[in-house]
Amino acid sequence: MNFADENFELREVQRLEGHTDRVWNLAWKPATGVDGVPAVLASSSGDKTVRIWEQSPFTGSFECKAVLEDTHNRTVRSCAWSPSGKLLATASFDATTAIWEDVGGEYTCVSTLEGHENEVKSVSWNASGSLLATCGRDKSVWIWEVLPHNEFECVSVLQGHTQDVKMVQWHPSMDILFSCSYDNTIKVWAGDGDNDDWHCVQTLNESNSDDLTIKIWGSDIMRMQSGDGTASWEGIISSGAADDAVRLFVESKDGLVDGPTYKLLLKKEKAHDMDVNSVQWSSMENRRLASASDDGTVKIWELCSSSGQKKV
Amino acid sequence: MVSGLINANPIVYEKKERRTRSTPADVDEYAVEAIDQLEIFEHIRDIKDPEHPYSLEELKVISEDAIEVDDKHSYVRVTFTPTVEHCSMATVIGLCLRVKLMRSLPSRYKVDIRVAPGTHATEAAVNKQLNDKERVAAALENPNLVDMVDECLAPSYE
Repeated sequence: MNFADENFELREVQRLEGHTDRVWNLAWKPATGVDGVPAVLASSSGDKTVRIWEQSPFTGSFECKAVLEDTHNRTVRSCAWSPSGKLLATASFDATTAIWEDVGGEYTCVSTLEGHENEVKSVSWNASGSLLATCGRDKSVWIWEVLPHNEFECVSVLQGHTQDVKMVQWHPSMDILFSCSYDNTIKVWAGDGDNDDWHCVQTLNESNSDDLTIKIWGSDIMRMQSGDGTASWEGIISSGAADDAVRLFVESKDGLVDGPTYKLLLKKEKAHDMDVNSVQWSSMENRRLASASDDGTVKIWELCSSSGQKKV
Repeated sequence: MVSGLINANPIVYEKKERRTRSTPADVDEYAVEAIDQLEIFEHIRDIKDPEHPYSLEELKVISEDAIEVDDKHSYVRVTFTPTVEHCSMATVIGLCLRVKLMRSLPSRYKVDIRVAPGTHATEAAVNKQLNDKERVAAALENPNLVDMVDECLAPSYE
């Protein structure tokens, strides 16, 4: 794929309406959108619900298949699918995290994780689906073990951040957890061999969280990423911002010795009418991106070359 | 008797005379007027202070000059001055300003609220909190806080 020689554009494919308040977060369901399985997307909102959208194999349009309601009684800030796609975790300002299971098209809440003292802001599954992490305004990060029969047990409550913890995210292949906070630091957490004694192994504190930048961090093991509202797919980093725009960044092959650099591939101004809160590349499909906004909508986009043809 | 108020004796200033706008004779009826400083000020001048029966204008917490607006870029910044340096009501006042503007301005607007530099002991923390969308959203789900805000905003709707 050659980003240097061609011009690209982000084409709006569909606008999903239904939520009655801002949409905070999005998550594509794993293993969908490929092998004949229709693509599925979850969106969480200030209207206290989560909506499940599914692409129709006949029309290609996304339709709302389910509304997960009557469980959270405050904003649902974040949602995340387990790696197998069997379960959906939803984190809410009501201080709980709900676990939903899709049983024949009906989503049922099979478990509720309590413990945070106030708003839960983020939830993330590790690569194997054996652990779940949550974080919130109470400055703590919780690690939960996934047990049989939809049981969840808290194995660690991690203190260390001195202000709200905004987001947690597991490393894509190792059981290493990242958390970022209002205290302008990113913490790296790891467990001992048995994974029961979790502690902070590193604190990254080189910036102000309001500095309007995306930072790329490297390690000796492999490259990791930080930031909120960004997602990477085949080397393209997408970001949504409060200026209503979506930006795409790619690695710049301009031959710097020290390491990779990134450049702006394209900026989609007025992608939404209001702040863009989340962008996610589709798990499988070519060049498909979803975005969520304060304007209450979710949009599906396709990255194409400017000649109008979808890249193979 | 010890007063529980942060600032029991605020200085009350005279309200600025309200100017009526004169409409030029040849103005296009259908043209949308750009939102300016005065219009923003009109939205917020009568907001009541959380602790006293006076408006934010009367207490000189806000003034027309402390408003920056750029209608073309849909941006407004309001700088307010708490009456005392350790005012714990600063975040409530900031929230009232934001809510009133949120309800009064087109949704395309981006609103920044901050305390005037040097006027508050924990200025950076207050500013960060006032402009954290997540924190604001959570605060507005707190019924007690919403009641307090609505009470402060009531006079500004008349």
